[in-house]
Amino acid sequence: MKRLRVQYFAILREQRGLDEEALLTGAATAGQLYDELRALHGFSLPRDRLRAAVNDEFAPWTAALSDGDKLVFLPPVAGG
Amino acid sequence: MFSISAKPIDPALMARELADEAAGACVTFEGWVRNRNEGRPVLSLDYEAYAPLAEKEGARILEEARAKFSVLKAACVHRTGALALGDLAVWVGVVAEHRGAAFEACRYVIDQAKMRVPIWKREHYADGSSGWIDVSSGTAR
Repeated sequence: MKRLRVQYFAILREQRGLDEEALLTGAATAGQLYDELRALHGFSLPRDRLRAAVNDEFAPWTAALSDGDKLVFLPPVAGG
Repeated sequence: MFSISAKPIDPALMARELADEAAGACVTFEGWVRNRNEGRPVLSLDYEAYAPLAEKEGARILEEARAKFSVLKAACVHRTGALALGDLAVWVGVVAEHRGAAFEACRYVIDQAKMRVPIWKREHYADGSSGWIDVSSGTAR
């Protein structure tokens, strides 16, 4: 099991009801972690509508997770 | 320099920071909060940013603009927080020797920023509802 920090923004923050949480997971990749959290919290957005970031940098869904990583799942952006 | 700001943007101050005696052109863009979106009356907006990655990705866009076009300096600042109609949401400024490069680079920066920088917008509508804007699906959720 790995101890990770997950930060939530926009629609995911509202659906989770939290800005941020620490969690223990057996997920091996960023994609597996999102699927696990989506099943747990009922997030409306499927993985193919999002991007992942690990430790404040964009990362592929296949990125391997390490103890202490910070994960963010990015809903479709809408700046400007 | 690309930054995220929780405080109002001062365009005059931003432009002064681009001052360069080699520049013959300064092109700026201001994105304002508009009173309608997709035909629905909008009363106000909230912007939220993942600041560490937004500033990194924004800096990459400015660097790309400097590499693609003959520009001397480029800067962009984007607001976060609650904004009212008419407020300045995003400012882009580019200085170059000649106007062509400055116009093109300014357009490049705002277009790329809207597509790539992790910033989200919630619109509040006149009917009391609100939703996160999803440009990729063309609807508010």
